[in-house]
Amino acid sequence: MPARIVETKPRPFKRVEVDPISLDLIENSMLNARWEMDTVLFRTAMSPGIREQHDEFPMIANVDGKMVVGQFGSFIYGFKAAYDGTIEEGDMFLTTDPYTCNGAVSHSNDWLLLRPIFKDGRLIGYAAQFGHMTDIGGKVPGSMPTDAQSIFEEGIRVPPMKIYKKDVLQEEILDLILHNCRMPQWNRSDFHAIVAAIRTAEKRVIEIANRFGDDMFYSALEELLDRNKRAMARLIKDTVPTKRQYFEDYLCDDGMGMGPYKIKCAMWREGGKVIFDFEGTDPQSTGSVNFLLNEEMFKMFCGVYMIMVFDPQIMFNDGFYDLMEVRIPEGTLLKPRAPAALSCRTHALGRIFDILGGLLGQGNPDFLCAAGFSDSPHLMYSGYRKTGEWYQLFSIGFGGIPGKPSGDGPDGHSLWPSFTNVPNEFLESYFPLRIEVYETITDSGGAGLHRGGNALRVAYRFLEDGQISIHDDRWLTYPWGVTGGLPGARSRKTLIRKNGKKVLLPSKCDRIPVLEGELLYFDTWGGGGWGDPFKRPIEQVAFDVEAGLVSREGAKRYGVVIKANGSVDEKATLALRAKLSKKRGKPKLFDFGGTIPELKKACKKETGMDAPKQPVFQARFVAGTAPASKSKKAGKKVA
Amino acid sequence: MSYRLGVDVGGTFTDLLLINEQNGDIFTAKVPSTPHDSSVGVLNGIARICENAGIDPGAIQHIMHGTTVATNTVLTGSGAKVGLVTTKGYRQVLQIARSLVPGGLGGWVIYNKSLPMAPLALTIEADERVGADGKVVRKLDEAKLRRDLKALSKKGIEALTISLINSFANPDPEQRVGKIAREIMPGIPVSLSSDIVPEMQEYERTITTVANSYVRPKVETYVRNLQKNLRKTMSKVQLHILRSDGGLTSAQAAEALPVNLLMSGPAGGVAGAVWVAKQAGFKNLLTFDMGGTSTDVCLIENGKAQLRRETTVGDVTVRASSVDVRTVGAGGGSIAKVPALTKALRVGPESAGAMPGPAAYDRGGTLPTVTDANVVLGYLPTGEVRLGGDMQIRRDLAEAAVKPIADSLGLSVKQAAAGIIAIVNENMYGALRLVSVEKGYDPRDFALMAFGGAGPLHANAIGKLMKSWPVIIPPGPGVLCAYGDATTRVRDDASRTFIRRFSETTDKEVAKIFRALAKQASKALDNEGIPKSEQTFSYQVDIRYRGQALLLTVDFEIEEFETKGLDIIGGRFDEMHRQLFTFALPLDKELVNLRAVAQGKPTNVRAPKVPKGGANPAAAATAKLKIFVEGKDRDATLYDRSKLQSGNVISGPAIVLEMDSTTLILPEHEGRVDDWGNILITPVA
Repeated sequence: MPARIVETKPRPFKRVEVDPISLDLIENSMLNARWEMDTVLFRTAMSPGIREQHDEFPMIANVDGKMVVGQFGSFIYGFKAAYDGTIEEGDMFLTTDPYTCNGAVSHSNDWLLLRPIFKDGRLIGYAAQFGHMTDIGGKVPGSMPTDAQSIFEEGIRVPPMKIYKKDVLQEEILDLILHNCRMPQWNRSDFHAIVAAIRTAEKRVIEIANRFGDDMFYSALEELLDRNKRAMARLIKDTVPTKRQYFEDYLCDDGMGMGPYKIKCAMWREGGKVIFDFEGTDPQSTGSVNFLLNEEMFKMFCGVYMIMVFDPQIMFNDGFYDLMEVRIPEGTLLKPRAPAALSCRTHALGRIFDILGGLLGQGNPDFLCAAGFSDSPHLMYSGYRKTGEWYQLFSIGFGGIPGKPSGDGPDGHSLWPSFTNVPNEFLESYFPLRIEVYETITDSGGAGLHRGGNALRVAYRFLEDGQISIHDDRWLTYPWGVTGGLPGARSRKTLIRKNGKKVLLPSKCDRIPVLEGELLYFDTWGGGGWGDPFKRPIEQVAFDVEAGLVSREGAKRYGVVIKANGSVDEKATLALRAKLSKKRGKPKLFDFGGTIPELKKACKKETGMDAPKQPVFQARFVAGTAPASKSKKAGKKVA
Repeated sequence: MSYRLGVDVGGTFTDLLLINEQNGDIFTAKVPSTPHDSSVGVLNGIARICENAGIDPGAIQHIMHGTTVATNTVLTGSGAKVGLVTTKGYRQVLQIARSLVPGGLGGWVIYNKSLPMAPLALTIEADERVGADGKVVRKLDEAKLRRDLKALSKKGIEALTISLINSFANPDPEQRVGKIAREIMPGIPVSLSSDIVPEMQEYERTITTVANSYVRPKVETYVRNLQKNLRKTMSKVQLHILRSDGGLTSAQAAEALPVNLLMSGPAGGVAGAVWVAKQAGFKNLLTFDMGGTSTDVCLIENGKAQLRRETTVGDVTVRASSVDVRTVGAGGGSIAKVPALTKALRVGPESAGAMPGPAAYDRGGTLPTVTDANVVLGYLPTGEVRLGGDMQIRRDLAEAAVKPIADSLGLSVKQAAAGIIAIVNENMYGALRLVSVEKGYDPRDFALMAFGGAGPLHANAIGKLMKSWPVIIPPGPGVLCAYGDATTRVRDDASRTFIRRFSETTDKEVAKIFRALAKQASKALDNEGIPKSEQTFSYQVDIRYRGQALLLTVDFEIEEFETKGLDIIGGRFDEMHRQLFTFALPLDKELVNLRAVAQGKPTNVRAPKVPKGGANPAAAATAKLKIFVEGKDRDATLYDRSKLQSGNVISGPAIVLEMDSTTLILPEHEGRVDDWGNILITPVA
């Protein structure tokens, strides 16, 4: 049974006329409230993952549960469809189980808190926020085992439940949950920080409704959603062709020696509506790289991407959802059946953005971005100090932003909103390690008229015996370049053992023992290049060479010859550009760096690692995968 | 007789304020600014004010000056060519920065990062390493360093910064590198990160030190020229510069640590506001300084501006204390637009700047600005009713500029103009909330003080949004900064990073550090010739729950600490945490930075009073005019501010004009003139 909303004084809202000025005022106030949620959370959270790297996302929704301000779109439909109980004043819901909220959170480390906002006895909206907890128990520190075969191995799961009832914290439940976590003090503080942020949003929403009147507030949110829908309708009509477009990209492997996994998406327009169909995506993995993709969230990704690419002035909210239909076949990598493992979904989640870019951009090459740092690689390092104290690090990696129509991709940055690195001096003060190198990797950004950003190299010297886990990707497939741009460099992990022996580590691995004094080179990957590299201004290439971001040898990919003294050999450059340009011919729209069979064949030689084996799927998900589900019904189907 | 002088150099006017230190009498003067060399305007002003006061310039002993030289150097990118030495492995510390891409999901699509302040081509690595505990892990390779520094010195650098990893825990290697650098490149100013900001976090420490090197030559030249010119007529004068944190520093210290001057200008305004408000009897206030391109807001509690440990100018944020002034990119010059896709009305952040400026100024601007909206609505009067000496304002041009906005919204020109004002007011409201509500303060407990060229036009409306009463409009927005400059006390602080859980240290150990810090802070005051008997000290710790990133600053008296020890600090921290975030935690607390602040004695100043009068302000009324307010045309009275008397009560709607500012009083509000000429606006009961 779906959730029942209990109001002490229920009465309908009246849709009133909203003058354009009040509308903009209410929009600004809502945005201010949303930013305030972040401020409160960052300042009070305890885990470096949330407070420094900002792995969290806030949202404020209208009375129907549509996101008005936020980041990833609303999941409240799915929640309401799946939750068998009441929604009452003073409730605060907690859930961490992707399967009971239709993927609103996509692995159990993300704790989602949701608060219905009541005013004078009736519901007027919702505030919600989720944050990534460093550890939620399970078989490995960090709770994201690369070799998990079911979600039961990935730590504690909390189905949607009231963690506050009538504003009273259900302490025994919280204690029970925290008892299952390795770093309960961090979780507890982060939990309270999220609660404080949500309460802030609630206070603001009530203030705004008081200031403008409840009906005006209600009507303004409706109007904001409509306004967005109108803008998106035009954008869709102008940019999405009726002809079917395809794009596919890959996850390199699943951490168990199999790969690559294909994600395929088709897109076309029917009237005013755009349809995305993931038919042809590989069946679900037996491992933990599955990504339970929430259809509404995917719509938000598309909407945001289109807005950013075509018209960044548009405010994004849920208003345009009716203009998109998302079809994801069940039993696939993007809609696995419970209890498939999900913890390492970060790679597929990131890869979705490359797919979107390729899909939307191929028909509009002027707006096409290259493939970039579509992931957030992790390093986990844990163990006992000689003093007996437990330490546990969860650190997110950074890499090359792709070359794009607006300019070069920054070096060693993040694709994710508001993510920042943790200062190395902070890490060295609180964890037994020393970071000996922290720099971007020369020549790792794809060459192009606009250069892809360089990958990041971090060299960790371990100062205690312990264990590490690594989650990364793009070690086999390339971050591709576009419109003549070349691919960026792939990722690589090298452990220097105490005896001086170099060991290549797989891109996904768990529980690798390390000894005091051993050194890990964690190399992420670069961004693909955008546009014809032979057209990049020579002085810009020379500037990058002088800065050390591109080598003299690497400059030749731009057809630029730099002399030993650092000056440009102009004659040789013109000759080289002419020669290379002729040899290449017309610039390719996409440069993937080779086909999958080619990449696999050269794998051992180029990467030092064995090529992954063809994935083996469970039979029930292979032959004739289940029919595509319509996004509208998705919430119900999962329960 | 001894005198002290406050000088504020604004974009249009240079304001001066002279104080007789014996009896507190003051004199003011206003002269045009001279942007090509602002010391010319300063000297003109000094000549004028001395004439007014009938004194010889030689009688002036102290000059207090807030300057925007450092800020402008950053904003215009006109700083020095800075070389940088990092630890091996960290050459790209500024290139990587904090890896942040601003702008939300997909923000990277339109983000183009600016180049580092110290170019990578001018950055070299020192092969050395210190651990987080301060122990040397790898000794400095001096031979290699010398070779690299020699090569660097040939690249024409104008300043050098040295920022090595963990130097906050052990500054020795930086000092050694500095010594070698001075040998190899004599004459090039060298800044060490362990001197400038001896705190954890390599990126922040490096960018702060580089910013210091970057602005140093410009600041040095400016201060030295000014001092040289001043000495021509005032042989004994001491020049003091206002720092970002509202303290005064000597000219020499300002030259060495110019990174502390990035907020010098706004700090003067805030200090002036504090002083003026104190005269008028208000200790808690929000300040609101609205200029042409941006607006600065600040919260003052109990007569003290909030401070924070970072300063942001343009896209550079450094670790230097500053008054917690938040800047929004909205001012009189902000441009309004209606994007075709959304049909939403947007104001700013683009600005028409000084050139071409608002359309109404008739300097070639055609885009609708906030100023144009004010003109359309009649808030900025045009024609003969204006006071002399001002630029011409054309209403027809303002209307033409606002018309396209009105057309796309389907509104009349006046309604559209009112919309522009409402949106920009909302942006200011957002900024004021940042410093108040978001920090747990209720704006209803604060008065709102407006200054800057455009502040008094918008103040009444913002007072309504904030419910902050009264709205205080001080006389002469320019001279307010000069008040701030003149009345500020000499101040210096000394700090040290000392990361310890409460359980890992003792009251005794901490007290010892505080005593040493106080001694160190006191030195700067000794150098200024301030006798020990006039020096006072206050103490601060930056503290958090172990594991948190945030730092809250707890103030306390040394006497309290001597009796109650760390408990007094811990208790106060829990209390602050609860006020700010609604909860406290039963966790270990951790000291991070300890700080002692030394101050000289306050200046003896008496604010000048305006003549007493009755409630009726008719004598100051100069004209009647129509303004568009709250959806309709209303009759409003125009007043000449210089003719207002203490006790006058002005009923809204009304406009009060003075040379460099215009005040709008809304219907159902009244402005009461106090003894010092402030207009205090409140709703009519």
